[in-house]
Amino acid sequence: MTRKKYVGAGIVKSDARALTTGKPVYTDDLAPADCLIVKVLRSPHAHALITNINTNIAMKVPGIVCILTYEDVPQSRFTMAGQTYPEPSPYDRLILDRRVRFVGDAVAIVAGETEQAVDKALKLIKVEYQVLEPVLDMHKAKDNKVLVHPEESWKSLCPVGADNMRNLCASGSDSHGDVEGTFAKCDVVIERTYRTKQNQQAMMETFRTYTQLDTYGRLNVISSTQVPFHVRRILSHALDIPKTQIRVIKPRLGGGFGAKQTVVTEVYPAIVTLKTGRPAKIVYSRYESMIASSPRHSMELTVRMGATNDGVIKVIDLYTLSNTGAFGEHGPTTVGLSAHKPIPMYGKQEAFRFTWDVVYTNTLSAGAYRGYGATQGIFAVESTVNELAEILNIDPVRMREINLVREGQVMPAYYGETATSCALDRCVERVKNMIDWDKKAKPITLPNGKIRAVGIAMAMQGSGISNVDVGSVTIRMGDDGDYNMLIGCTDMGTGCDTILAQMAADCLDCDMKNIAVYASDTDVSPYDSGSYASATTYVTGMACVKACEELRNKILLTGSEMLKVDVDDVDFDGQKVYVVADPEKFVTRKQVGYKGQCFSNRELAATVSHSSPTSPPPFMAGAAEIELDPETGKVELIDYCAAVDCGTPINPSLARVQTEGGLVQGIGMALYEDVIYNEKGVNYSNSFMQYKIPSRLDINKIRVEFESSYEPSGPFGAKSIGEVVINTPSPAIASAVATACGVRIRELPITAEKIVMGLMEKNK
Amino acid sequence: MFTIDQYIKAESLEQAYSLNQKKTATILGGCGWLKMGNRSIRTAIDLSGLGLDKIEETETEFKLGCMVTLRQIETNDGINNYFGDSVRECLRHIVGVQFRNCVTIGGSIWGRFGFSDPLTLFLALDADVKLYHAGIVKLSDFVKMPYDRDILTHVILPKKKQKTYYITHRATETDFPVIACAVSKLPEDFTDNGFRVAVGARPQRASIVLDADGILNDGITEESAKKFADYVADSLNFSSNIRGSADFRHHLTRVLVRRALLAMNQEG
Amino acid sequence: MAKILISFTLNGKKIEDAVSPDQPLLEYVREKGCRSVKRGCETSNCGLCTVLMDGKPVLSCTMLAVRADGHEIITLEGKQSKAEEIGSYLANEGAEQCGFCSPGLIMNIIAMENELKNPSEYEIREYLAGNLCRCTGYVSQLRAIKAYLASKEER
Repeated sequence: MTRKKYVGAGIVKSDARALTTGKPVYTDDLAPADCLIVKVLRSPHAHALITNINTNIAMKVPGIVCILTYEDVPQSRFTMAGQTYPEPSPYDRLILDRRVRFVGDAVAIVAGETEQAVDKALKLIKVEYQVLEPVLDMHKAKDNKVLVHPEESWKSLCPVGADNMRNLCASGSDSHGDVEGTFAKCDVVIERTYRTKQNQQAMMETFRTYTQLDTYGRLNVISSTQVPFHVRRILSHALDIPKTQIRVIKPRLGGGFGAKQTVVTEVYPAIVTLKTGRPAKIVYSRYESMIASSPRHSMELTVRMGATNDGVIKVIDLYTLSNTGAFGEHGPTTVGLSAHKPIPMYGKQEAFRFTWDVVYTNTLSAGAYRGYGATQGIFAVESTVNELAEILNIDPVRMREINLVREGQVMPAYYGETATSCALDRCVERVKNMIDWDKKAKPITLPNGKIRAVGIAMAMQGSGISNVDVGSVTIRMGDDGDYNMLIGCTDMGTGCDTILAQMAADCLDCDMKNIAVYASDTDVSPYDSGSYASATTYVTGMACVKACEELRNKILLTGSEMLKVDVDDVDFDGQKVYVVADPEKFVTRKQVGYKGQCFSNRELAATVSHSSPTSPPPFMAGAAEIELDPETGKVELIDYCAAVDCGTPINPSLARVQTEGGLVQGIGMALYEDVIYNEKGVNYSNSFMQYKIPSRLDINKIRVEFESSYEPSGPFGAKSIGEVVINTPSPAIASAVATACGVRIRELPITAEKIVMGLMEKNK
Repeated sequence: MFTIDQYIKAESLEQAYSLNQKKTATILGGCGWLKMGNRSIRTAIDLSGLGLDKIEETETEFKLGCMVTLRQIETNDGINNYFGDSVRECLRHIVGVQFRNCVTIGGSIWGRFGFSDPLTLFLALDADVKLYHAGIVKLSDFVKMPYDRDILTHVILPKKKQKTYYITHRATETDFPVIACAVSKLPEDFTDNGFRVAVGARPQRASIVLDADGILNDGITEESAKKFADYVADSLNFSSNIRGSADFRHHLTRVLVRRALLAMNQEG
Repeated sequence: MAKILISFTLNGKKIEDAVSPDQPLLEYVREKGCRSVKRGCETSNCGLCTVLMDGKPVLSCTMLAVRADGHEIITLEGKQSKAEEIGSYLANEGAEQCGFCSPGLIMNIIAMENELKNPSEYEIREYLAGNLCRCTGYVSQLRAIKAYLASKEER
């Protein structure tokens, strides 16, 4: 790595032109016109057994090709969670089951020549149900007499404390130090309970997949997914066919945010193609994407925190109750982050404890959403710190300055990892200056009666899953000495196809135009666990650096042979391999490339996998300035400032937009996004009309700056950025609201009504 | 999404009216609301060839054809000059420009939706509707009528030198209102002191409250505005839905009606 | 169901066709190859399907194909040079991200350009409020749009 031409530059994404001119590059744009249309009949009941299902009349609708019920599907259970095998998520699903477990659960699959025919057939399937009592309240789920998964074929592959006979998807406890002893020494101990609701990723492109058989009779799956390799394995389990018989291709994605880390739609057209031999396609409606998808886990978090009078936080004890819904996708893992991300940010603790239960209920199955449990935990812990600061009469920024984790410190609550790169102190300082904290820390009442106030929070996340995630890169030299790079990670608008090419171009000292990138295809790409857990830049990026280094060595070897000198005597400057002592003697990259294609026993290619024993956290601080109308409770977010430490920002433009986008999702979660069920388990938040995400008019000033550390284990010093950015708005805004009017909202979203009702209660 | 067996672009209102007498027939507005449902429509009647997409201004009124889009109204200079910001304010939060270019005022008013912004404001403006069969009907009466097989052909905003102010509370800028309040004073109306308030999104259909007790007889002051706002809130019923509870709506009505009265007064 | 004959122009090309009366314009123009037009919802909320009808932006999910009769419809396929120009400003900010909402947004930017003279920042946000985007948080798009409008100003 001699120089950096692209790393650190705001390079335009390589797919930008195709995307902005509307080229047909997404799943549904590519699907053949003769695909069978596949749709799913859904349960109207939260919990029921199918006693009879009659498809005869529906089958008579002209154009209907196949209707499948629970009698037609393989009987071994699997999980739809896109995780590395063996998945921590329990094997609790069948493609179709006799027991339906939430309103919207799959009852039958219908495939036909036209959408009209399928819609008609859906209405003509006669289903009789034995309606059962549902478990809807997560507080009552554990050890309830009603079981969501009473079946004997349910199984858990990992020791996560799961027990289907207790409605437990996971449970456990973890601690460090003398927890009760430390509490006993504290001057002040507070305990607070916070709640977060389900949230929808709401990517603009809903879930969709098409499938067809190729020349060899193999199942080809073209899907809007973040995890092509996991899709292949999961389909093999679900359909009971060998993995070699499946190929998964990911085209452009219209957003993912974790939603597409769960295999939501793939099984349906896949089984239709296997049964009929015909291409098949499913495109979820927005309605289905709201009621039968993979939202954020709803959690209740009880934080007990002990500190000294001068503001040193000595101990945190957290209990998290998480609702995984009807199935266990990502249930056992998301809950862990609710503690492992917030607690280590406080570097003066002598002890911590974390206890958790993840329960099944008859509600929409949760999944992975940006932040992945950290978001919920950080809302609770950061809010508790703000409450503690108020009690101790210490400024909340000062509170953080006293306690925050610093570079070089060991983090017991973060698997004992050391903070090898950490600019959290600088992030807090920067955000404090950006928002002009010292001047605004006290709320002011404007002439119109509205109150201005500020609030702050910190966040951290990880960079990939340590000891698990694998990123791989194949890079090879071909005609003209140009390069092809094959990757298995999944650009979902994040720009990883571009930033990995930036890294490769700098590693190989060439122009980006010399590198053609292709992703991702399980037949062609080297193995990659997929783009989730903030892994790609850090994990696959390092694979890229290592692969380029290996290829460079091969180029040197071939070049030296062409020059008939020892390999130690040559160097490669990106354009030519030359003799160091006599630079006039050289072969060009082009010559080396063609040499690789003629009488060569050395492939000018390298495939390297990378996995990391650590997951270095990116850090950030965020500050909100609000204007609160104390009569209506309306909160207007005037300004949001963020300072982010993602290590080296490989592409600052894209890192900035990641941050801005994550903040706005966090703002939506903080202020209005809410999944609301009625007393029968029907999900009311089933459209963009009823589940409101922020519009352009809801967002005012968002300001982002970088305070970069250098992560020695990352490519070019980089860590991750994708997830950490969603975590600060909820606690920062909640704190600003409390400062403005004295009302602490401990359940998201922070609605006007909750504020007004809180004020009425307070003024009684 | 609805289905249509037979589509007829009406050549006259008479034809449209007679086709519409069957329960399986439907008059198409902008389809914004219709498309949310799964109705099977035997005969869909399109009025878009009948010249009902015009806004006509006379000495005494603005006459809006039923096929006029919300965006046409929002950008109409005559209306904005006459009614000030209130009309634009009541329309601009509705989803987006593209949506308002599609949906029609006829569909909006015919639906008598509880969440309707224009229904709330137009009630306060003392609007009329023109029905093909029943003729001109006060909007305040129309809002209470059951759905029948008549056709709404026009919405009429009378020029009564109304002073008016429109205010809402929303969870997000482009959401339905949690509560919508329109206040107005009609100097040419001699049946009472001229003040009227329409409150919509309770979430029931908007209703009118008049100043029957003459609370505002001595003009709008902080005190009288508050008293009248409380009177309005107490004389209406409210319910709960996912956007807010009945109690919160009652509270907001007290706040917003007071603010609207004071703002209207200030604007002179 | 009786199909209805319509006659209209699509991206400058005269088309006569028989359409189902309940088919939204969105699905119809996609069938005709205009696959830039995307569907993001069924409730008219997202703006991804924005096309121009006689120069005005409309939601093609809400507009029935049969109502295109006698009108001029333009999709992004018919505005390629504009798309490249506006697209380059978005791309310079990284503001296209996943790109799924870009066609609808660019169509509405084109409409805004034609309708508003020197719009303020608030007017831009208000005009484009019906175009949802989940990736960017909007602020990069606003920077791009302002830069694009300023560049036109200079010419």
